[in-house]
Amino acid sequence: MNGSDAMLEVSVWRGTTSGGAYQDFEVPAYENQTILDVVSWIQHYADASLTYRFACRVGMCGSCAMMVNDQPRWTCRTHVKKVLKGRKLKVAPLRNLPVIKDLAADMDPFFDKWVAAGGAHQPSASRTEPIPPVDPQDPIRVEASAGIECINCSICYAACDTVAGNSDYLGPAALQRAWTLLNDAKHDAKDKILDAVSGSGGCHNCHSMGSCTAFCPNDLDPMSAIAGLKRATTRRFLRGGR
Amino acid sequence: MLDLRLYMLQRITALVMAPLVLGHIAVMIYAVQGGLTAEEILGRTQGSVFWFLFYGSFVVAVSIHAAIGLRVILHETFGLTGLALRGVTWGIAALLLAMGGQAVIAVTWSGAA
Amino acid sequence: MRPARAHPLWLAFVLHRVSGIALALFLPLHFWVLSLALTRPETLNQFLSFAEQPVVKLAEFGLVFLLAVHAFGGLRLMALEWLPWSVPQKTLAAGAVGVAVLISGTFFLQVV
Ligand code: SF4
Ligand code: SF4
Ligand code: FES
Repeated sequence: MNGSDAMLEVSVWRGTTSGGAYQDFEVPAYENQTILDVVSWIQHYADASLTYRFACRVGMCGSCAMMVNDQPRWTCRTHVKKVLKGRKLKVAPLRNLPVIKDLAADMDPFFDKWVAAGGAHQPSASRTEPIPPVDPQDPIRVEASAGIECINCSICYAACDTVAGNSDYLGPAALQRAWTLLNDAKHDAKDKILDAVSGSGGCHNCHSMGSCTAFCPNDLDPMSAIAGLKRATTRRFLRGGR
Repeated sequence: MLDLRLYMLQRITALVMAPLVLGHIAVMIYAVQGGLTAEEILGRTQGSVFWFLFYGSFVVAVSIHAAIGLRVILHETFGLTGLALRGVTWGIAALLLAMGGQAVIAVTWSGAA
Repeated sequence: MRPARAHPLWLAFVLHRVSGIALALFLPLHFWVLSLALTRPETLNQFLSFAEQPVVKLAEFGLVFLLAVHAFGGLRLMALEWLPWSVPQKTLAAGAVGVAVLISGTFFLQVV
């Protein structure tokens, strides 16, 4: 794989949720090449109508996730060499989400659930009050800190089989966000979070299969965060708090 | 499809069954030695309050546990929802409870009592 | 689309689900046979002698194995959910299957 004499055989999904097909492209292979480079090459040199999404190209924004050879990946930081099967690549929009067009998944359900799980910040103090101190070593803060590096790429959501089977399920990222806020000293309305994650789409649907944790590109652990929510809701249940 | 209430039911019945399952396995290992006959089984269990309570609580717990477990699978794999899902869940629980209850009564109640 | 699922926790999940379904399907049969004790004791004895055949013995081994797998898998799940540990859960998953094999193995040795 050096220079452009070697070619990759790339199948790319073209279409929307209501229908479409894979289209094959021949893309020159390079020594250093990410999946996003491959997709961009197709759009620049083969078919300008190919739709896909990216912004930062350095794993910060969470907008470039796609299914690569049937696995959810952040394409800007996934090297072709790491996932190539022979010379073949298959690129598709993220699983478990509607498709707007081609490789661009509709992220609305993902973010709607993020809010439904109680993920919007509710400050516990106003700006006129002193800022509550946050001790980074505090065990509760450590729990919160474990989840704050989430870039909302929806890779965990695409990897989760429970989401695939139960469209109401809030999913790993939203629940991890809820767990983070539950442990955040500056967040109010903790009971509201526990209510939000106890409904029929809540944390109790999670089967602890760990695909979310296995695929998160930032090495976060939504599965354990969800276990934390199960613990917190169980404790409240046993105390008679519903 | 599992809210907190069903989740707690599922876990509580699981905890109830944990020692019962171990006991049941132990009894099986003991009982199958030298073959099984109806007389041998019934001689051990019939008229015994202990075995009635042991297997009685087992049947109640397993009926609830299996109904909730199958409910999840029926929803996730077969897309059953709403009234149909509720109906089938209750149906499974009722069927297991009825059949299990009959079995417990047959094995522990009549005869020697 | 099927993301790679061959990681230990996913396999533990599948094992738990499959063993659960199998046990749930077996239960009505089990209950029915036992009810025969009340209604038709001879039939129960016929059934029990039928159960002496090696094939049936093997099926019994399978059932005890499923029961043990499901029980220990369930204990693993509750430990994972309610006790705040994270990485050792994989070890637990493996341990659960190990113990299950051990117990059912004992059973198997006893009956053969
Ligand atoms: S652990 Fe829970 S959230 Fe994560 S993939 Fe499995 S079911 Fe989904
Ligand atoms: S938890 Fe990980 S995989 Fe899920 S959205 Fe956040 S960064 Fe992406
Ligand atoms: S483009 Fe921003 S994370 Fe990939």
